[in-house]
Parts: sequence; C-alpha cells; structure tokens
Amino acid sequence: MSAQGGAPPFDSVGTQDGATGALATPTAASASIDSELSARRAAAARRRRLVIYALRVAFTILWLGSWELSTRLNWVDPFFVGQPSGVVQRLWTWITEGTALGPLWLQAAVTMQEAVVGFLIGAALGVVFGILLGRIEVLAEVLSPFIKGANAIPRVVLGSLFAVMFGLSLWGKAATAVVLVFFVVFFNAFQGVREVDRNLIANARILGADNRRLTTEIIIPSAMTWILASLHISFGLAIVGAVVGELFGATAGLGQLIYNAGHTFDVNGVFAGMFVLAVLALIAEGLISALENRLIKWRPSRVSGEIPI
Amino acid sequence: MAGAGIELRKVTKRFATPKGGIYTAIRDLSMEVAPGEFCAVVGPTGCGKSTTLALVSGLERASAGEVLVSGQPVSGIPDGIGYVFQGDAVFPWKTVLGNVAAGPRYGGASTGDANKQAQQWIARVGLSGFEDRYPHQLSGGMRKRVGLAQSLINNPRILLMDEPFSALDVQTRTLMENELLALWAATSASVVFVTHDLEEAIALADRVVVMTAGPGTVKGTFAVDLPRPRNVAEIRFQPRFAQIYEAIWSQLRDEVLVSYERQKHAAAV
Ligand SMILES: Nc1ncnc2c1ncn2[C@@H]1O[C@H](COP(=O)(O)OP(=O)(O)OP(=O)(O)O)[C@@H](O)[C@H]1O
Ligand SMILES: [Mg+2]
Repeated sequence: MSAQGGAPPFDSVGTQDGATGALATPTAASASIDSELSARRAAAARRRRLVIYALRVAFTILWLGSWELSTRLNWVDPFFVGQPSGVVQRLWTWITEGTALGPLWLQAAVTMQEAVVGFLIGAALGVVFGILLGRIEVLAEVLSPFIKGANAIPRVVLGSLFAVMFGLSLWGKAATAVVLVFFVVFFNAFQGVREVDRNLIANARILGADNRRLTTEIIIPSAMTWILASLHISFGLAIVGAVVGELFGATAGLGQLIYNAGHTFDVNGVFAGMFVLAVLALIAEGLISALENRLIKWRPSRVSGEIPI
Repeated sequence: MAGAGIELRKVTKRFATPKGGIYTAIRDLSMEVAPGEFCAVVGPTGCGKSTTLALVSGLERASAGEVLVSGQPVSGIPDGIGYVFQGDAVFPWKTVLGNVAAGPRYGGASTGDANKQAQQWIARVGLSGFEDRYPHQLSGGMRKRVGLAQSLINNPRILLMDEPFSALDVQTRTLMENELLALWAATSASVVFVTHDLEEAIALADRVVVMTAGPGTVKGTFAVDLPRPRNVAEIRFQPRFAQIYEAIWSQLRDEVLVSYERQKHAAAV
C-alpha cells in the first residue's frame, strides 16, 4: 500500500553547495549527532507504522464483529445482509471445490483479462488523443462539443450494445471498459498538456528543440503527472466495465458469478465475489503506484506524515 | 562564434489584459547593441525589461516597430540565441546532467558527446558531483547555475540574460560574474544583461541603458569606459566607477521614484 513507506521522512539533500561546500567540512561530532538523530527518527517512524497497523486490525475486528454479532443475535436478517462467517465459508468452498461456473481462479482470470485489455486500450487511446488535442488547438475546438456530449451520456449502457456486437467474447466486456477508461485518461492527458509551464516550453525552444522533441521531452513528461493520477481511478473503472459487461451476457467471470449469486438470493456469494474483486483492485492499485514512483522519481517526495493512500 | 548585432527601432509591445483592455509594456523603444558588445539594461520593476528580451529572442512579436538581429528582421527564434530566464526554467524531470546536455542534443549531438560537453560546463558552474540530482534536490542558487550552464553550452552569439545572478549569494555571484566576463571575452558574443543592481551593471558592461518607468522606453545610455579585463570584486573601488555610478543613478532614481509612487497609488485605489 505504501510504496515509499520505508523512505526516511527527510532527505539529507542540498546541505552542501557545490561552490561553497568545501568551506564547511562537517566535524566528526556533528556526524555522530546526525546518525543518532536519523536513528531516532527511524524508530519513531517504525512505531507510528505499528500503531497504524494495529488500528487497522482493530477497525476490521470492530466492523466484522459487529456485523457477525448483529446477525447471530438476529437483530438483522442474515438472509438479506449476509454474514461474515458465511462469506468466509463461501470463499472457502469456492477455493476448495470451485464455483458453479468452474474454478474461482478462472473466473478471476477472465474478469481481470477483460479489465486489463480494456484498461490498456482505453488508456492508450486516452493518452494519444489527449496529447493530440492538447497540442493541436483547431482539433480541440472542432471536437470539443462531441467529446463533451459523449462524456455526458451514461456510457455503461453501451455495454448492452457491445454485447450485441461482440457476443459472449472478451471484446464486449473489454469495449465497455475502454469507453469508461478512455474519457478519464483523455481529459487528464489533455489538461496535463494544457498546463505545461510556458517558461519550460520557451526554454526548450530557445535551446533548439523541434516540435517532436518538444512533445516527447517537455509536454509528455510534464503531462505524465496528470496521466498517472488518472490511471489510479481508471483501473477501478476498467473493472466496473468488465463486470457490467459480464452482466449483459457472459459464461464466466466474477461479474457473472456475482450476478448468479444475486439471482439465487445468495447474499454471502455476492459479498464473496465483491471481496475477490476488491483484493484484485488493490493489487492493481499497488502495481500502478509502483509504476508511478518509477516514472516520476524526479518529483519531490511526499511531505512526511501524509497518509499513504 | 562572433557576436551579432541587435537593433530595436521604435518598438512598441502591447499586451491584452485579462479584463479585455490593452496594456502597453514598452513604447517606441529604440536601442542598439553592437556585435560583441556587453550591454546592461537597468530600470524600475515592471518597466518592460523582460519584455524587451522576449522580443529579441523571437518568443514575442513586436506590436509595432522593428526588431533586427544581424540585420535581419526577427521572425521566429534567431540562430545562436541563448536566454537565461528570470524565472526557473530548468526541466524538473531531467537531472542536472540531462538539463545541461539538452542544448547540444537538440542541436544534433549524440548523447555521449552531449554528456561529455555537459560535464565540463557543470564543473565550470561549480556543480560537479551533482550531475544526478533532480532540480527539486538543489538550492535556488544551484538551479540558477544549472540554467546558466544550460544556455552557455550552446555557445550563443547573442546572450540574453534576465537577472541571472539575483538568486546567488555574494561570493558565488562575484565568482560567476568574473567567469561570465572571461567567457564573454573568449567568445565575443553580444550580451544583453538585465539587472536591478546598478553596481553589477557598471562592473560588467560596456554600456548601460536606463529605461523609464512603464511603458518603457530608453531614458539614457551611458558608456562605461573602465579598462578591461576587469575584476568585478575590485573595480567598484575605482574613482571612475563612482563617477559613472553617480551619473546613471541620478537618472535611474527619478524613474524608480515614479514607478514607486505609481504602485503606491495603484495600491491605494
Ligand atoms: N503576457 C503578458 N500579458 C499582460 N501583461 C504583461 C505580460 N507580460 C508582461 N506584462 C506587463 O508588461 C509590463 C512589463 O513586464 P516585464 O516583465 O517586461 O517587466 P520587467 O521590467 O522585466 O520587470 P521586473 O524587473 O520586475 O522583472 C508589466 O507591467 C507586466 O505586467
Ligand atoms: Mg523581468
């Protein structure tokens, strides 16, 4: 979850200036104070992490415990709201004996494949069109009412259209994911291109950058912050697209599994399916965060104490 | 490379203001910089110094009048221009090495050659050992020096500098000023050097141009007949330096006062 959790809250950067640094040689005494300070800081950070994890566990126990208890005592009907122990049981049967549609991992793999394919295509299209329209003003002006209009309609209904077009294949679900992902990434990429610092563009032009270089070395790196931020939201949307696509017709997948569970009044099955989806989404989120940290390592590290969400 | 001349003939630059009005930043400004000359420009804040540089660089177009570089009207960015911007303009996603090597690479050099050249320039501005740092890991003055190396590495015929040393501490500043003079003597580029610091202007330049409070135009031009090569740290103590300073300051002071009164008035309304 916290990709940079181990990093010390302060960098020891910029303490020595190249031209004047030779004047200020740190003494041995100040070095030992430094190391003592950083050790104390690391210990404090460790303690804080431990407290956070303990609180998370406590929260989970409180949440699931009160749910379980209130259904056990029949304050609420487990038939309608499910029951944590029932959910765990259902998950266990799915894992050990498989689901009605086949092995659980296969359902997860089917849905993830649809989501990932849709995500990659949607994100790629979004980035390309965002940069193109951001760079070419006429294009943006001509196309803007169409794009805004397309963005305003509830696009998940297109899932039914894609089900007709692509049948039960992967492509109907992936296409639903594409239309959801595309717009988020597109708007961010477009905005990112528009927000590029004028000073930097001027500087690059003076230094002799041609249009291609300007795009690849200034515009895209600068817009990358925006684009990567949009990828976090849009992977969640890709999963939504895949699941919704499966509701419109599928033979396998977590969406189909949840749909079937709902139809047979198996509330625990619905929750179990949602739990698997949530785990997969969290893993994907972690991967995207890792990618983000790799791609924009030039950014100042986050302010210490900020919540690593 | 030999320097190239710059000429501005009755140049006016107007900007559209956000409220839909028109603001005249400079009006009927005429000045000339001879090939190889070091020309300093001083004037009160907001008088159009940066705007003048932008016009020479081809980043902005004149609303009226003519801007000539090497006798040719400026349309687009002229060849051999170097520009040290007033604001931060280093690329935050490139390391110090990547930033300094950008110019040669854009000019067609291989990455290896560009990096080798960049190493030398990084050493010259006193940043050896910081090649792999990103700009956010540097101090403001260090970033400024990266910007300096970034422009100078292209060996410009015309060097436009917009308060390049204002973020530096006094010692580093003196070092860099002397370094700049040595470089300029070796390349004989034409330099337009904008500064708020009249002492700096006189210490460096062949000629000091004083601009009026905005809309800017040339109030006066002063030749600086101090001998070269100069040592910036010492030249301030020459009697001739004080005389020149007196002469220029008497004109500059009036404009600074006008500008100050105006701002006070604007703030009061
Ligand atoms: N793009 C722009 N749009 C509108 N007004 C502008 C623009 N650029 C500059 N101006 C105005 O033109 C005037 C001159 O600006 P300029 O940046 O050239 O001043 P300057 O002499 O460099 O000032 P300083 O010494 O503070 O840097 C200012 O009043 C400024 O508000
Ligand atoms: Mg300025």
